[in-house]
Amino acid sequence: MLEMRGITKRFPGVVANEDVDFTVLPGQVHTLLGENGAGKSTLVKILYGLYQPDEGSIAFDGSPVNIDSPSVAIRTGIGMIHQHFMLVDTLTVAENVALGLGKPLGVNNLQPIRRRIREVSEEFGLHVDPDTYIWQMAVGERQRAEILKALYRNVRLLVLDEPTAVLTPPEVTDLFVTLRQLTSDGRGLVFISHKLNEVMEISDEITVLRDGRVSGRTTPSESDRGSLAMMMVGRPVEFARTIAEQTPGEAKLEVQDLRVRGDRDELAVHDVSIDVRAGEIVGIVGVSGNGQRELAEAIMGLREIESGQVSIDGQPVKTPTPKHVRSMGLAYVPEERMKFGSVGDFSVAENLVLVEHDQAPYVRYGILSLKAIEERSRQLVSDYSIRTPSTATLTRKLSGGNIQKVVIAREFSGGAGVLLVAQPTRGVDIGAAEYIHEQLLVQRSQGKAILLISEDLDEVMALSDRLVVMYEGRVMGRMNREEATIEQVGLLMSGVGEPEGAAVGG
Amino acid sequence: MNDFFTVSIIIATLASGIRLAVPFLLAALGEAVGQRAGVLNLGVEGVMLIGAFAAYYTALETGSASFGLLMGLVVGAAMGLIYAFITVVMHAEQGISGIGIYLFGLGFTDLLFQKQVGTPRPISGLQTKPFDWLANDTGRAGELLFSHTVLTYVAFLLVPVVYWLITRTTFGLNVRAVGENPQAADTLGVSVNGIRTAAIIIGNTMAGLAGAALALEIGIFQQNLTAGRGFIAIALVYFGAWRPVGVMTGSLLFGIVSATVLQLQVQDVISGSVSSIANMAPAVLTVIVLVVVSRRIGQPAALTRPFTRDG
Repeated sequence: MLEMRGITKRFPGVVANEDVDFTVLPGQVHTLLGENGAGKSTLVKILYGLYQPDEGSIAFDGSPVNIDSPSVAIRTGIGMIHQHFMLVDTLTVAENVALGLGKPLGVNNLQPIRRRIREVSEEFGLHVDPDTYIWQMAVGERQRAEILKALYRNVRLLVLDEPTAVLTPPEVTDLFVTLRQLTSDGRGLVFISHKLNEVMEISDEITVLRDGRVSGRTTPSESDRGSLAMMMVGRPVEFARTIAEQTPGEAKLEVQDLRVRGDRDELAVHDVSIDVRAGEIVGIVGVSGNGQRELAEAIMGLREIESGQVSIDGQPVKTPTPKHVRSMGLAYVPEERMKFGSVGDFSVAENLVLVEHDQAPYVRYGILSLKAIEERSRQLVSDYSIRTPSTATLTRKLSGGNIQKVVIAREFSGGAGVLLVAQPTRGVDIGAAEYIHEQLLVQRSQGKAILLISEDLDEVMALSDRLVVMYEGRVMGRMNREEATIEQVGLLMSGVGEPEGAAVGG
Repeated sequence: MNDFFTVSIIIATLASGIRLAVPFLLAALGEAVGQRAGVLNLGVEGVMLIGAFAAYYTALETGSASFGLLMGLVVGAAMGLIYAFITVVMHAEQGISGIGIYLFGLGFTDLLFQKQVGTPRPISGLQTKPFDWLANDTGRAGELLFSHTVLTYVAFLLVPVVYWLITRTTFGLNVRAVGENPQAADTLGVSVNGIRTAAIIIGNTMAGLAGAALALEIGIFQQNLTAGRGFIAIALVYFGAWRPVGVMTGSLLFGIVSATVLQLQVQDVISGSVSSIANMAPAVLTVIVLVVVSRRIGQPAALTRPFTRDG
């Protein structure tokens, strides 16, 4: 149904796509797999008319098409679910669907649109109400509204750019059911992802891109995670790591009966106690929103502690402010690198000294020593293999993985004995994730105490000496890595079992 | 002092307040349309001045106030084209471009006035009062409602028209979409630049009309005739939370405050330095309004952000 032949797209200084061939058959889910920056988004933006290719041709249903704008793409029968939803928050679902339809100078009659939305919503089990405003909807619902917007336009080929990145595991399951329903009607789907498990589950065919070129074509039955990762990264990727045996030292971070309130004043952390010893990684797992973020913020002094005690190196934290906590020897990799971990409009060098910028040698008599900052940042850029054109490059221009490396370089290099690391590889490409995992193990071998908070169960299982499962702000279970199984942890994560502290007084 | 609080004077003050609200209302309604599409025009004051001079000079030369009004509209639209070119096509920073438009309008109209007119000569303003015959029969309420020129009725009629345009038409839906999330509108095939250009032209045309209305009301032109009304109109868009009825409420408030100050001076209730201080009332009110209404509920999310496909 779709044939893209020899697509080449150059941007100043980079070739985003080079001689890419890509075809989709009716009723097929064809996955585009690749790291961030491999050229997946460029290819589908060309398909959707947002970019024009420098070379190559596109044919739809056997006849050549010239897609030079999104409206041509829509008329051709191509729809796209963008990674960042293309919905107007202040409009209703019906109004969002109506956008771009209708005569430019006409009166806008939403009645037939509402009716049709209900029909389509019913048919595909999307449960979208046409009169709800987008800002009132949860992320999963917004995605269904996006899909509905495309279906309303009778698209025959639907492109989904990283649709699972924002979804919880149950929502992913629902999405896949919907996607299967779409292909059963003969529609073609282009699925973009870098999550290998999902790709193996949903795809009929897989095309792998690396550095703008096709590096492999396969199907789930002919491949496994290892071979896919190899095609993506261009070298073998280790999924199972061997962790050196080492005897942990004494407790460096102790959290006792911590009780913390969340943003809506609810009790987000219920009497949680955790200790982390020198030379070990303790992993906290749980579905997002079960108190992990509040726990980390409370330890870091960013959120008020209602009761309980945090101690670092045996010393109780008396004034819980980030500056004081840091001076006691705690470093922090926050979960949102762009929002809390770095300043996008600062240079790489400035971000690298953000913690130590008020200390010698980076500042003397209140004046920044640009030379010392430059030396330090050059050192860190090479030590942590941060891929950046220069230390003066604005941080927001780097890829997600490299921004994360900037944050990690800054936090890991400061000599802190305790590392509080939240979601270190979320949205990061495989290569960078692998590197970050290696660095965590290096820090472990140097005797650092690491508290790792992650939603990625594989990550926590692979790296942690001990696991703590959190559910609704309570500890559901603790175990050593050797005794933990995915099934058992998965059950605890969904709240099956007896939480600690719940039986007290009952 | 006692004389001031008679019914007839209060009615007269309110009636003049409605009249004085007209330039605010026209300019602010137009600016609201532009801002709903995501374009801020700080040059409203300058466009009003150009519209005012065009109307005044045309009326002076041809003796026709209606023809003057038409010229105000035309130059307003022309300024809209220029501003659209600067901000939509060239992606210039909107705040600073608007200040440029203001300074241009201020200087250019003064230059033309000195060159072409020199000493101020009065013109006869709009005389058509379509409902005047009702005013005599309906007593004091009639004076309040029916004693105005056609332009006043047009201005207030534009409130529901603009409301309808924004909420009920395809064009209005597109305006709201490109003001909130132009990328989303673009992916659905809406021409973001086209919609923004149209909204800017509507806004500037109404600013030109507002200036013309002012010149024809006063019957004279002088340097800086608008005296900050264009800037107040921008504040009124915020005050009215980008909604036509809110904008109208604010315009009436400012018109009535101005009329009251004027009436107090005419009646000699206040004089001397007090009178001068009272002249500041609209400016002070603007500051208070902006502080109180600094919540930005309803502000278009993409306001002042130029649109490009690469974000």
